[in-house]
Amino acid sequence: MDKYSWAWFHRFASPPYVYRVAGLLAPWFAWAAALSIAAGLYGGLWSSPPDYQQGDGFRIIYIHVPSAYLSMMCYGLMAVASAVGLIWRLKLAHAVAVAAAPLGASFTFLALITGSLWGKPMWGTYWVWDARLTSELILLFLYLGFIALNNAYEDPRSGDRAGAVLALVGVVNLPIIHYSVVWWNSLHQGSTKFFGDSAQMATSMVVPLLAMILGITLLFAACLAKRLQAELLARESSASWAEEAAR
Amino acid sequence: MTRALLALAGRDLRLAYRRRGEVLTPAMFFILVTTLFPLGLSPQQELLRSIAPGVVWVAALLAGLIGQESLFKGDFEDGSLEQLLLSPVPLQIIALVRVLAHWIVTGLPIVILAPLMGLFMNYPSDAMGDLVSSLLLGTFTLSLLGAVGAALTVGLRQSGMLMPILVLPLAVPVLIFGAQAAAQAARGEDPAGALYLLAAMLVLGLTLAPFAIAAAIRVSLES
Repeated sequence: MDKYSWAWFHRFASPPYVYRVAGLLAPWFAWAAALSIAAGLYGGLWSSPPDYQQGDGFRIIYIHVPSAYLSMMCYGLMAVASAVGLIWRLKLAHAVAVAAAPLGASFTFLALITGSLWGKPMWGTYWVWDARLTSELILLFLYLGFIALNNAYEDPRSGDRAGAVLALVGVVNLPIIHYSVVWWNSLHQGSTKFFGDSAQMATSMVVPLLAMILGITLLFAACLAKRLQAELLARESSASWAEEAAR
Repeated sequence: MTRALLALAGRDLRLAYRRRGEVLTPAMFFILVTTLFPLGLSPQQELLRSIAPGVVWVAALLAGLIGQESLFKGDFEDGSLEQLLLSPVPLQIIALVRVLAHWIVTGLPIVILAPLMGLFMNYPSDAMGDLVSSLLLGTFTLSLLGAVGAALTVGLRQSGMLMPILVLPLAVPVLIFGAQAAAQAARGEDPAGALYLLAAMLVLGLTLAPFAIAAAIRVSLES
């Protein structure tokens, strides 16, 4: 094995390099997201048939499921970035976690809003203390706690590390919170199978949904790249590369 | 190491004894919050009986948090926390002893007062034992979680409001199973399942929380 085969990895510890890479990737993510979301919306709003039970009401799934998925994926990303930052003392990983937190909170909020709008016609009420709604709400609180703790420190380095410890405590706790509310009360449907012989969803609905999931994930990636750029500029505001980049 | 830990626990308990008034605040808070519910809702016996497990549990949770905020504050301000960090005893174990000593002074009075509050709330007296055991198992887990929050916010000026915001979402599972155990016992059902889950969470907390507390203390001391 070439002992330098990991050398490319070390460049990701350098803020100007990551700033450049993020700047290059962001428009690609954004355009791919636009295409994928356009395809998903066309498939979801025009070409797929209304649901036999829920009519056109089910179409909110094309926003609800991607948001809910991203709300959890983003917490996972934050926790991994926090662990990397704490273990290898990589400042950039902390910057990723801090840049991701408001995005995760927004997607969690979106999942809650779309879920309650969907709940009104289908369950007859905007809010029920159902397991998934409750754990999603607690996830929102965890995001807000992370953001509040991170902002409370004047020294960003301590704020990063305090937030990282909290994110890791949260990630250990999340499954416990999830299962505790599941055993406590559940009205939400279980998981739907998308594929295979026992698929519970028509292909004409699954394909646009997958396109939306892909598109919104790409949108998340584009936003994260831009936010990471801004975060790096703010953190390195006294460095010469940042002054040049901001000019 | 045992001697150092005993000395530490002795110091914490002695300090608490010398500031008796301050130490009893959480217990007072617990009594007052519980008293507010019959006043705010209505004193009907059936209503009180049905909400008793939740009310006692929520009050115990909040009262425990009130006491936790100052867990490391004094030691942080006068520099003793740095000395503890330098000692050869691992910081995790020091943190665990500190939480235990603090729980004896603030958590245990709440557990002992719980049957009294149960009587106020018309909780069936033959289920009182299960209410107490649920609190006994749960409040120490809450103390461990609260200590993580207290250690994360010890160096901050606005820690008073921030710490509960960080800790309360994490405390949800303990509240759910604690109140569930108490409610099942009140209905005459077997609360063993919920109590076992509380015990499992206590074991998990005892194993993992000291590491999180130690890491959080290090972060706070470096800032």
